Amino acid sequence: MSSGAFADRGADLELVGIQKRFPGFTAIEHLDLVIPAGSFFALLGPSGCGKTTTLRLVAGLEDPTDGRILIGGQDVTTQKAYQRPVNTVFQSYALFPHMTVLENVAFGLRRRKIADALGKAHEALRLVELDHLAARKPVQLSGGQQQRVALARAIVNRPALLLLDEPLGALDLKLRRQMQLELKTIQEEVGLTFLHVTHDQEEAMTMADTIAVMNKGRIEQMGAPEQLYELPKTTFVANFLGQSNLFTGPVVGETSAAIAVDIAGRSIVVPKTRSHRHAGGVTIGVRPEKLTLHRDKPTLDAGSNVMGPGRVTDVSFTGVSTQYLVTVPGVGVLIVFEQNRSFGPVEGEGDEVWVTWNVEHGFGLDDDPVAPDPKFVADTTTKSIAAQRRAALVTELEEA
Amino acid sequence: MAFAAFASTAAPPTDAPPRRRSKVALLLLLPGILYLVLFFLAPLVSLILTSLQAPSEFGDIGMYSYAFRWENYVAVIEQYWPHILRSFGYALIATVLALAFSYPLAYFIGVTARRWPLLQSLMLVLVIAPFFISFLLRTLAWKQILSDESFLVTSLKAVSLLAPDAHLTGTAFSVIFGLTYNFIPFMTLPLYTTLERLDLRYLEAGNDLYASGFHTFRTVTIPLSMPGIVAGTLLTFIPAAGDYINASRDFLGGADTQMIGNVIEANFLVLLNYPAAAALSIILMTVILVMVGVYVKRSGTEELL
Repeated sequence: MSSGAFADRGADLELVGIQKRFPGFTAIEHLDLVIPAGSFFALLGPSGCGKTTTLRLVAGLEDPTDGRILIGGQDVTTQKAYQRPVNTVFQSYALFPHMTVLENVAFGLRRRKIADALGKAHEALRLVELDHLAARKPVQLSGGQQQRVALARAIVNRPALLLLDEPLGALDLKLRRQMQLELKTIQEEVGLTFLHVTHDQEEAMTMADTIAVMNKGRIEQMGAPEQLYELPKTTFVANFLGQSNLFTGPVVGETSAAIAVDIAGRSIVVPKTRSHRHAGGVTIGVRPEKLTLHRDKPTLDAGSNVMGPGRVTDVSFTGVSTQYLVTVPGVGVLIVFEQNRSFGPVEGEGDEVWVTWNVEHGFGLDDDPVAPDPKFVADTTTKSIAAQRRAALVTELEEA
Repeated sequence: MAFAAFASTAAPPTDAPPRRRSKVALLLLLPGILYLVLFFLAPLVSLILTSLQAPSEFGDIGMYSYAFRWENYVAVIEQYWPHILRSFGYALIATVLALAFSYPLAYFIGVTARRWPLLQSLMLVLVIAPFFISFLLRTLAWKQILSDESFLVTSLKAVSLLAPDAHLTGTAFSVIFGLTYNFIPFMTLPLYTTLERLDLRYLEAGNDLYASGFHTFRTVTIPLSMPGIVAGTLLTFIPAAGDYINASRDFLGGADTQMIGNVIEANFLVLLNYPAAAALSIILMTVILVMVGVYVKRSGTEELL
């Protein structure tokens, strides 16, 4: 990057046919991606899906096996990391331990011989409200403070593109919220392009204006958070972003506006505009919070789908809502979230219930309706949720 | 204190339990304190007293009695200042050369070879391997290699890289060469221990912040490996300044390459001038302490240790 000048605005990032192979495995199969200038883009996926590799390729810390990387229309594929107009907030922060906070923040400015490096560093530290700690060494700061210094060290350079590698992973919930807000504010103030890599779907949804869900080195689906959530395209997206009730069956009827799918003898209607396939075997689904429980058999009307009767097999009260598991013979287990509008759970275990949902809330996936990948079969008993929460807590503690 | 520089692996005792000044702790310290008093403090006091002695009035050569003859110091400085200067000069050059040789080596073993643990262990063994042979023998071997009739010297003369009447042994070159060679492991090992723990993510951060490979090395790698550099240079410089084997005429030295160690040895064992030898020892010790103190302070490594 030319010295002495800031990028005056965020730049487009374009990845063309990127492939990255490491000895023994392929991290990225084939990736085409355009991130428009000024957007807050999140790459979301489980660990090992290739998202961090993508970020390192953009930063210049890895070389792609094949493909090109363009920033603001300029091909940077052969440029070294230090030549690219890109800065990274590292997952480990990577603050230089032998320098003060101020020296850390001024490092990039000094390298590029930008006038008044210290003044601009102070300014960036004021932005993250840490100017009073400018003379400290990084080890003397808390994790959250270090994170903010890492952020200041990156944004002070006004890069055309800011890369965030799970930057909020090590923070507690309250700090996380603060930092999310701060990042959004900074983006609005300075208008950078953000590329945010995370495995936390909630973080991605609250921060990003566009999310790309990555799985096994490919992008499964890309779009606005609400679009991905309300209209997932694949089983992976439907289960990785929130929870889903999925059913598989053949299309048995069709009107101009909707298709009817046979699920264990019941006809379930999905609007054509919300289904990717209109014939043959399909997988359809509905989000748990869209479902309503009924104690009595509901009267059929054209606007809703009915499942039942089934039995409530598990009730877990989470405060703001209650999660019910309803076992419907021949169909399987349905997850239902109900807001706690009165006091406590409404239904008890063993109650006979019917489940209904608005036809408009269903969605049809693009996947081939093969036997679902056993990895992504929702196991939603309280026991398994408890086990998952415990595992998540353990890894969180280990990381801290 | 300056010697804390050696404890490069010491972790900052941030969450150590509060100290207990119990009798047990004192009891446990007793053997160490006794040892230090007996084998360090007492000889040191004896050395200081000896350095101030005057020749006995009716005594033979080598007979001295206790006095307060501080003129001994002036006398040895007047007589031996070239040797003192030469010692520190040689030691300094040898330290710089050893550092220049060892840093790339230690970097290769500690950073580049991380992906191949077997190669890493093998190279470490090779660094330590010379210790299996007495360093007297190794230095004698070098005397052979550098001698006038050796293949090396005759070849150099044949291609006119060396004048026909030139020597390698007995010159400043061979003494500094010997010092450098003998202390390379002491330089390499501490450098290796710090470089081996160097977090490469700092280097990536440097690259990300517009610093090229060279700049990152200068502004990140070198400061972060400072504890190793300080420990290695101290472990090389201090013994090299007092060394008397390499510069000895029996090994690689000659008449014009005598270092302070050779002078002390001659005064103690040949001339039997104990006060002069003791005064020289005290001077050597003091100068090294002052230099090391300034060095450690200036390199700013105290807080990295």
